[in-house]
Amino acid sequence: MPEAAQQLAIQVTVNGKVYAREVESRLLLVDFIREKLGLTGTHVGCDTTYCGACTVLLNGASVKSCTVLAVQADGGELMTVEGLAQDGSLHPIQKAFAENCGLQCGYCTPGLLMSVCQLLARNPCPTAKEIRKGIAGNCCRCTGYQGIFRAVESAAKEMAKQAGR
Amino acid sequence: MYPAAFRYHRASSLEEAVTMLSELGEEARLLAGGQSLIPLMKLRLARPSDLVDLSFAPGLSYIRKEGRQICFGAMTRHAEIETSDAASHLPILHDCAAGIADVQVRNRGTIGGSLAEADPSGDWGPVLLTHPAEVRCVGPNGTRTIPLNEFFRDAYTSALAPGELIREIAVHMLPHPTGGAYLAVKRCAQVYATASVAVRLTLGDKDTCREAGIALGCVGLTPIKAVAAEKALAGQKLTKKTIEAAEEAAMAAADPQPDMRGSAEYKRAVIGALVKRAIEIARRRAGGERVEVSHYYA
Repeated sequence: MPEAAQQLAIQVTVNGKVYAREVESRLLLVDFIREKLGLTGTHVGCDTTYCGACTVLLNGASVKSCTVLAVQADGGELMTVEGLAQDGSLHPIQKAFAENCGLQCGYCTPGLLMSVCQLLARNPCPTAKEIRKGIAGNCCRCTGYQGIFRAVESAAKEMAKQAGR
Repeated sequence: MYPAAFRYHRASSLEEAVTMLSELGEEARLLAGGQSLIPLMKLRLARPSDLVDLSFAPGLSYIRKEGRQICFGAMTRHAEIETSDAASHLPILHDCAAGIADVQVRNRGTIGGSLAEADPSGDWGPVLLTHPAEVRCVGPNGTRTIPLNEFFRDAYTSALAPGELIREIAVHMLPHPTGGAYLAVKRCAQVYATASVAVRLTLGDKDTCREAGIALGCVGLTPIKAVAAEKALAGQKLTKKTIEAAEEAAMAAADPQPDMRGSAEYKRAVIGALVKRAIEIARRRAGGERVEVSHYYA
């Protein structure tokens, strides 16, 4: 067993801003984001790689930040829910969730938004089945998912419109 | 939940990881995608003294066709395999890669890590056992190749020696017409399957099965190559009778333990049903048909 906690210097770009911090080797990425950077939009849900509430994008790929060490994100680019809205206006995915009852208590929402963000980046026009598969790693205990599915469909349409497709 | 304290090391190559692990001793562990190891560490079921992180080492993530083989670098993530040309060429690889846990886990988890973990419920074991395949390794005593059917020794125990690491996995492609399918029954995306079946058929003339590969997951201490089920189809016409014989042989080869996912009887029955369906899909795919499959959530 190591005597003193090992401290490592890491540098991570989060939502476009560079952060340099000293972290303990065992610090989890989600705790780094919440406690070292004060970005509390990312939630800790089950803490067992199940619920997906802690989902963030690491170098463009969705990950459960409770199951990644902060040191593994060193040199990487993170996007959290705080990075979605631009200049005070909600991202089309956020708007679609609000307008389609895609949330009730909201606890799972930050993780879901990031999963949908990756889904629509990789597949701008997903089928109903692809939406279900794309968010299978995120649990919602309130909505019964129907509002979420509608929100994803509506966000996909809006984003396609904005992109001039 | 925090893992117990450990020292973190970053390897710049596979060879450096081997050196580090042999210097750090038996309590040190390799960190690949971390999707099994980190949860185990958080639950304190694993308490390594040191972690050697391989994810910053370049050149370990690739899918290459070399003659009649497809080679997967050990650090190739499931998600990369899911969307690869190899997976569209061999749909059984897609069935597997696209069905492992959920999107986030597939973005991190690696094929090498999954095999090295040797979890009895792991998905890659049964899938790759349907083809001739080998695990190419590097360790303190140099390199060696382990045939996949000698790789799994016991639950969570592989043929890897202490400090030995997987470099790549080579899967031999079989002559046309060949088709395969991997089916699993699971409660939901995130959990391991209740039972799973991988079938690969290489057909001959007039619906005759020249040769078959059949392997079972989650129903023993290791993935099980159902040799008797393979023999029941080899050289035979695929009829209701021969398929039933394969089904029964596979059910007899299964050695399921009752747990929260189901009783032994239930799991054995699931194996039988999956073998039947996987044979049918493998046959259609061998005939050139595109058949989309997904795991059963029940």
